[in-house]
Amino acid sequence: MADLQLSAVSKSYGTHRVLDKITFKVNSGECFTLLGPSGCGKTVILRLIAGFESPDEGEVSIGGHVVATAKHSLPPEERHIGVVFQDYAVWPHKTVYENIAYPLEIAKMPHEQIKSAVSDAIDQVNLAGLAQRYPYQLSGGQQQRVALARALVTKPDVMLLDEPLTNLDANLREEMRFEIKELQRKTGTTIFYVTHDQEVALAISDKMAVMDDKGIIRQIGSPDEVYERPIDAFVYQFLGIPNFIPVAIKSGQAFIDTDAVQGAAELPLQALADFPSQRFPGPKGKLACRPMDVILSRSIHPETMVKAKIVRLSLLGPIVDYLLDIGGIAIRAQMQTEAAMAQDLLIEEGQECGVRFAEPKWFSEDGEAIR
Amino acid sequence: MNTGNKLSTANIVLLFSILILVVIVAVPVILIFITAFFENGKFNIAGIAKILSDPDTYQALLNSLIIAAGTTLVSTTVGTFFAWLVARTDLPLKKTMKALFLVPFMLPSFIGALAWKVLLSPRAGYINKLLMAIFGLSKAPIDILTIGGIIAIESMYLFPFVFLQVEGSLERMDPTLEESARISGANLFTITRKITLPLVMPSILAGALLVALYSLAHFGVPAILGTEKGIYNIPTKIYERIYASGGSFNAIRVGTILSTILVISAALILKLQDMLLKKGQYQIIAGKSMRPMVMKLRGLKIPLLIISILYIGITVILPTVTIFLVGGLKTYGLSFELKNMTWNNYLKIFQWKMTKDAIWNSLYLSLGAAFVTMLAGTMISYVIVKMKVRGKFILQFLGVLPFSLPGTVIALGVILTWSGRFGINLYNTPWIIFVAYIARYMAFSIKSNSASLSQVSDSLEEASRACGATHWQSLKNIVIPLIKPGMISAFFLIFLPALRELTTSVLLYGPTTRTIGVAIYALNEDGETVRAAALASIALVIIFAGETIIRKFLARLDQAKVKVQE
Amino acid sequence: MAQLKLVDVTKKFGDVIAVNKLNLEVEKGECFSFLGPSGCGKTTTLRMIAGFEDLDEGELSVDGKVFSSSFKKYYLPPEHRDFGMVFQAFAVWPHLTVYDNVAFPLQIRKIPRHEIAKRVKMALQSTGLTHREESYPGKLSGGEQQRIALARAIAINPKVMLLDEPLSNLDAKLREEMRFEIKDLQKKFGFTIIYVTHDQAEAMALSDRMLVMDHGIVQQVGHPLEIYNKPANKFVFSFIGLSNFIPVNIEEGKAVIDGSNETASFEAPLELGKKAFLACRPSEVDFVEEPYTGANQLPPAIRARVARRTYLGDIVDYKVAVGNAEIRIQKPRRVQGPIEGSLCTIRINRTLWYPLE
Repeated sequence: MADLQLSAVSKSYGTHRVLDKITFKVNSGECFTLLGPSGCGKTVILRLIAGFESPDEGEVSIGGHVVATAKHSLPPEERHIGVVFQDYAVWPHKTVYENIAYPLEIAKMPHEQIKSAVSDAIDQVNLAGLAQRYPYQLSGGQQQRVALARALVTKPDVMLLDEPLTNLDANLREEMRFEIKELQRKTGTTIFYVTHDQEVALAISDKMAVMDDKGIIRQIGSPDEVYERPIDAFVYQFLGIPNFIPVAIKSGQAFIDTDAVQGAAELPLQALADFPSQRFPGPKGKLACRPMDVILSRSIHPETMVKAKIVRLSLLGPIVDYLLDIGGIAIRAQMQTEAAMAQDLLIEEGQECGVRFAEPKWFSEDGEAIR
Repeated sequence: MNTGNKLSTANIVLLFSILILVVIVAVPVILIFITAFFENGKFNIAGIAKILSDPDTYQALLNSLIIAAGTTLVSTTVGTFFAWLVARTDLPLKKTMKALFLVPFMLPSFIGALAWKVLLSPRAGYINKLLMAIFGLSKAPIDILTIGGIIAIESMYLFPFVFLQVEGSLERMDPTLEESARISGANLFTITRKITLPLVMPSILAGALLVALYSLAHFGVPAILGTEKGIYNIPTKIYERIYASGGSFNAIRVGTILSTILVISAALILKLQDMLLKKGQYQIIAGKSMRPMVMKLRGLKIPLLIISILYIGITVILPTVTIFLVGGLKTYGLSFELKNMTWNNYLKIFQWKMTKDAIWNSLYLSLGAAFVTMLAGTMISYVIVKMKVRGKFILQFLGVLPFSLPGTVIALGVILTWSGRFGINLYNTPWIIFVAYIARYMAFSIKSNSASLSQVSDSLEEASRACGATHWQSLKNIVIPLIKPGMISAFFLIFLPALRELTTSVLLYGPTTRTIGVAIYALNEDGETVRAAALASIALVIIFAGETIIRKFLARLDQAKVKVQE
Repeated sequence: MAQLKLVDVTKKFGDVIAVNKLNLEVEKGECFSFLGPSGCGKTTTLRMIAGFEDLDEGELSVDGKVFSSSFKKYYLPPEHRDFGMVFQAFAVWPHLTVYDNVAFPLQIRKIPRHEIAKRVKMALQSTGLTHREESYPGKLSGGEQQRIALARAIAINPKVMLLDEPLSNLDAKLREEMRFEIKDLQKKFGFTIIYVTHDQAEAMALSDRMLVMDHGIVQQVGHPLEIYNKPANKFVFSFIGLSNFIPVNIEEGKAVIDGSNETASFEAPLELGKKAFLACRPSEVDFVEEPYTGANQLPPAIRARVARRTYLGDIVDYKVAVGNAEIRIQKPRRVQGPIEGSLCTIRINRTLWYPLE
């Protein structure tokens, strides 16, 4: 267990600067997630920490020791890390036991100790009874468990996980993210986790960093911090299904911006609570609201609601999904199916209803959050 | 993996790899061009023009092109038809037939040509004599010693190139591509014409290309069937000139000019294929595999099966039996009756110094070359596929270059390089053949090893590094065990063709360094048909045994590989 | 009269019964889904309808006309069935342009050239591909390739459209988008849809009616909401969404969660026996604020310990322990829930009961 720090790390491939002065710190024993769209350079950061790449500028340190600078880079085998890859990277010619024992054999651990350490690791990842199997005899989920055990067995200072759940199906992905969290609690390892899946990041992290497609870290914080108080519209839309309503401010009041949406009606939005008119920097901006926070009502109270038309209602199992038309703007709303049925809110397509936004977010024209 | 201090190791490996390819491949090729274009240090275009306008060489060039074009056309048609028959119809015994269609690969084409000459030569061909007797003809009805004969015999033994490519691509093709045509209302005939054939066209072309390259530079069949009647192609012409002049430099220079033409033709064919393929490069492989639809042959089922079996019988079994029978004759020309047969010929093959040497030479040269080429190819492939170093494009280029270099060209290049010009003279030693084999088969090795290395995901090696293993430990424990099947199959891919090699060896052999191929050819040239056939029989036994063992072995490896990859 | 009718349809592969006595009627203009895990027989059924597989037993008819029948020994080949079909792997022909792909079925039908041009234009317009007419499929994205396949299928104006997991090869966002596009095409052209999928959300969002299948046997047929609310058995319940199966012990119609010393009990149906499962959805369990009053509330309030609390953004996911049972609960973020490790009171609002096996 150790902390991990990147200071002003930059990396270019040819003329393409992938990372520019990246700085962050992962505390010892923390599960830190780096969330970003594909191709944003997040995997490069992981590879820099692992030692598969070396930085052009800046330095990487693990547990207070500098492991990489532009001039000198410790090879991966000397960094005492564990790595889990997206494609499992389980060696197909070795059994489960041999895979997990390999790092210990390399470390020249006595035979008896290897035996007990490996069997502990196998139990920890729930693979008991499969020690003599070859990878081709295992499911994807089981192979990823082997990879986890192999990375954990040396009790590394830091565990690096590179999209480890992407190749698994939805149900397994859900199960495994709980298992990884559980393993971390048991072992207390520092985890650096790279993913593009915001649900995994929210579920698993103590702290997370959100990176944009240009490789810039936009926000670092705990999952609820990032989700509830996004720093800008990018972070907001990356973390879930977004609804944006373009807003125009006229004499301290908010209206739907008719310039931005063709055919939109100039609906007044003052009915919606919490319009921060004092803090609003310009004449235009955006109102944002998650589908789950769009509250529907069969009766329309004009003081607190705007009018909407149900364009489409689809049942997705546990969730009901509505597509609404509010003054020409398409808005998604979602409810748990049971609640929708209990409150008689399975409103037929084409009907009108009242809409209220719970906890709306306001963004300035250039996307900065206004709090 | 370019961490600071390891960079030098990577560079050493890179430089070493480049060095091997430069010495083995690049220098010989460059020397050929220099010799062809320069005389006494001066650019000499007049000399080239003179040789090209010489009707003798001009005719050889024309023959080469005609034979290559004809062979390609026939092989492609036959190969595609049989591939379709096996992959898309309800032909009975499909699995067996698929295996049988690959058997012609085993029979070296010059041995096949030898057999067909025995059967169909206008003077003494057994079949001709039989036909003349039956129908009371005064003239032999079939003459195999013609360009048409050469094309027919080459096609017989080259069509599996096309068959393999097309059959494989038909098998891997996503069945829903055809099903969606069917649900669109098209019947099977229309689907075959409008969907299936266009989709496998790239494979057909790829197979055709292999045949064209092979045939263009092929020595054996034209040498056996053509030279007697004065039909030469470029490889046989080069051999004739050099042989007739006792290896004079002038003859070699003529050879280099003809070689340059071969290289240019090969490059043009490659370029043409590239252009055709660029238009039609598509992914037709599916993940979800289902049985493809098959055309019901109905009444044609049995006739087509019989035709297929007859084809195999005529192209493989008939010549093989002929060779064994001729090899047992007391004197060539006698009829195949028991009183005319003897085991003695076969026993003597192991007593005569010339034939004994040939078998021994072929065995150790091909084993040695296969081993060295496999190892070098593995190293070079590793640099190409896995290492992030600048300058590896040189390796990529040099690595595939020999693939388009005809065997004759390689032989000439090797002669120019290793005859003392650089202080080393290997002429008339087995080493010159050894070096030539390495140059000739390096592309096979790199291709096979690169394929298996690219199957090994980078993360497998990186996972090992993260586990604390050094680069060398990771290679030894992870990479090498995983590509072992690829290395072994590379070994056999070199060993088997090298064992029966003729085109290159025939220009390089010395008095004591004949190979099996050379010995059979030489005996036949000297009119020792019976001895040639006896040696050929023994060669066939070695080859068939080797192929069978190796196929079993490779099939086992394949199974293991499939498991490993799943 | 039903448009598509299957009577006792059975298909065997060797000893394995892939589809077992399937009976089904699909009405004209309906969107009907086959839902089930892989290998349940749904694709085999679709391929029998398409005509790629013959049926071993039973009869299949469309608009009263027999297409396949084991009784009459009749089988109409797929090229004469006039269906539209879309495959999972797109199956667009890479050597033909988008235009030629869509025109192919019309050319086969020997439709006059100008009429083909008209219909291809219309099909491309409906799928938003007008600007791609001259492109080759290999240059297009997965979503666009699947649109070509859709355009090709609608070009012949089929009465029935067969879709075999058409969205499985697309990413989540596109999948959601295309779902509605398919629905819109159906509205425009009025064809009947038979849709095969393993994704329950997709089936529910699209279907007028759906069929849940397992091991070649139909488990339930009905409207999506009906299936969601009243799953016929444990398999359907678990396949249709996140589920809790809580083991209970039953004495005289009173069920108590296995291993709990709770005095509160549930009213259990009488026919269940001594042990059974109480099934509920994670969203159907509430945290109760009011003080715990024990046994006499209905549904009863139960004490539980929060074993895990996971923040998922919109939803917070809890795992609570009661006796030997672990219960998943999912509540919207705005609902105040207990913290991890604390004791809480929960109420299961809706209960379904299933026998042990």
